[in-house]
Amino acid sequence: MQKRRVIPGFSLSMGFTITYLSLIILIPLAALFVKAARLGASEWWEILTSPRLIAAAKLTFGASAAAAVVSTIFGLLVTWVLVRYRFPGRRLLDAMVDLPFALPTAVAGITLTAIYAPNGWVGQYLESWGIQAAYNPLGVFIALTFIGFPFVVRTLQPVMEDFGVEYEEAAATLGAGRWIVFWRVIFPMFVPALITGFTLAFARAIGEYGSVIFISGNLPMQTEILPLLVVSKLEQFQYEAAAVIAAGMLMISFVLLFLINLLQRRLNWKNH
Amino acid sequence: MRHCSAISESAWVRRLLIGVAVTIISVFLLLPLAAVFAEAFRKGWEIFLASLHEEAAFSAIKLTLIAAGISVPLNTLFGVSAAWLITKFRFRGRSLLLALIDLPFAVSPVIAGLVWVLLFGAKGWFGPWLELHDIRIIFALPGIVIATMFVTFPFVARELIPLMETQGSDQEEAAIILGASGWQVFFRVTLPNIKWGLLYGVLLCNARAMGEFGAVSVVSGHIRGETNTLPLHVEVLYNEYQFSAAFACATLLAFLALVTLGIKSAVEHLTGHQSSNHQ
Repeated sequence: MQKRRVIPGFSLSMGFTITYLSLIILIPLAALFVKAARLGASEWWEILTSPRLIAAAKLTFGASAAAAVVSTIFGLLVTWVLVRYRFPGRRLLDAMVDLPFALPTAVAGITLTAIYAPNGWVGQYLESWGIQAAYNPLGVFIALTFIGFPFVVRTLQPVMEDFGVEYEEAAATLGAGRWIVFWRVIFPMFVPALITGFTLAFARAIGEYGSVIFISGNLPMQTEILPLLVVSKLEQFQYEAAAVIAAGMLMISFVLLFLINLLQRRLNWKNH
Repeated sequence: MRHCSAISESAWVRRLLIGVAVTIISVFLLLPLAAVFAEAFRKGWEIFLASLHEEAAFSAIKLTLIAAGISVPLNTLFGVSAAWLITKFRFRGRSLLLALIDLPFAVSPVIAGLVWVLLFGAKGWFGPWLELHDIRIIFALPGIVIATMFVTFPFVARELIPLMETQGSDQEEAAIILGASGWQVFFRVTLPNIKWGLLYGVLLCNARAMGEFGAVSVVSGHIRGETNTLPLHVEVLYNEYQFSAAFACATLLAFLALVTLGIKSAVEHLTGHQSSNHQ
């Protein structure tokens, strides 16, 4: 299918793109997997089943999943309000949704800690109910919800904006109440976007570092997350162990990314 | 404004939902932002200004500007080149390339730093060779730059690809047929069409480059006055319990975030275009 190309620059852009991609992304990532593969299966097993790693993995995946669920619920509600209703301050609210994307994670980390610490703006009220947020798994969950929330809104928003009112009108004409219309007609249309948003939030949360390490307290076995464990292995010059944990995290992230792509592709087929 | 009740909620349900959404955003997003400024000014203006007027803060700001000044233009060049390749041509492996460009989004910042330590660190692949030739990459500026490049890699490309895909290449083809050279087409036809998207991508790339923490923290070594970027300087101050100073420096980064969001909203308003960027 050799076709003559009208537009120039194929070789130049191909050469530069592939070279740059290889140097900055592919070769370094390959080096990581090679480093990890140098260890035998028994050493992998030993690293991946150490109690400290299992505790960190439980906290990371548990808090990430919980945060992604809450982000999804909040995200659905906020997106609905932003898309369907008109009220003063809506544009400001819409712009603010991106704050966690734009705010450097270290800043998010220290300010969330300041708010949820026992003497902080929110922390003091939680404290009087006997809840300690900062330096606890709850703090990790709060930071990850902050980070994950915009993913759900920004995934759902375009879908909701394109969703016409015809279906709702049809359902309403057929006698369905508003509540039924929402759950039976509107909500099912948003499920794929919600799943995608959830997965993006979850995947981001697993690797999140800056916003979590200040609020978590970083106690091994209790409030230590996986990325921090990688850093501490590195600081003890255990390069192989760090590479093994990182390789494991990467494989999980890639599987999640792959699942999202699969879901998006199936949806595109449906639409055409 | 009258609403047809069949396809809308009753007024009180609407008010309730708006109230809940405003509460979520206020408590979850605005409160932390307000806290940055409140903590920074807690001990007054003098302390705030003194914290910024410090040698270590100056060198951190300088290093942040240098790192972003190198990595953002390079990633912009890459973004334009990748977007040109992907939207103007059809070739085998095109969708694989698209997926690979997104790859850094799936990589934890810590791992983005780790890969460079494994390559260039004292015990890394090229470590002994670098030591022999007295070249420092890890715990020095080059490491900070390459780690920043890794994390900010996809931003410009992600912004340009959907934009250039929808614009098609009819105009470019017409220009070529009329006798324009490749570079003329790019600068006279393509660039004016994509300028807002490009600006926007560069802006997001820059915000992330200046604010990056995890990846840079792994490769920097935290040498005060030498290899601390602004986010790392904030961390160091915070860990030394100099909270007011930490938050004073954090206000600079928060301000950068607000400016980024402001320009983003303005560009969206001007062009009616929504970001496809998710990080």
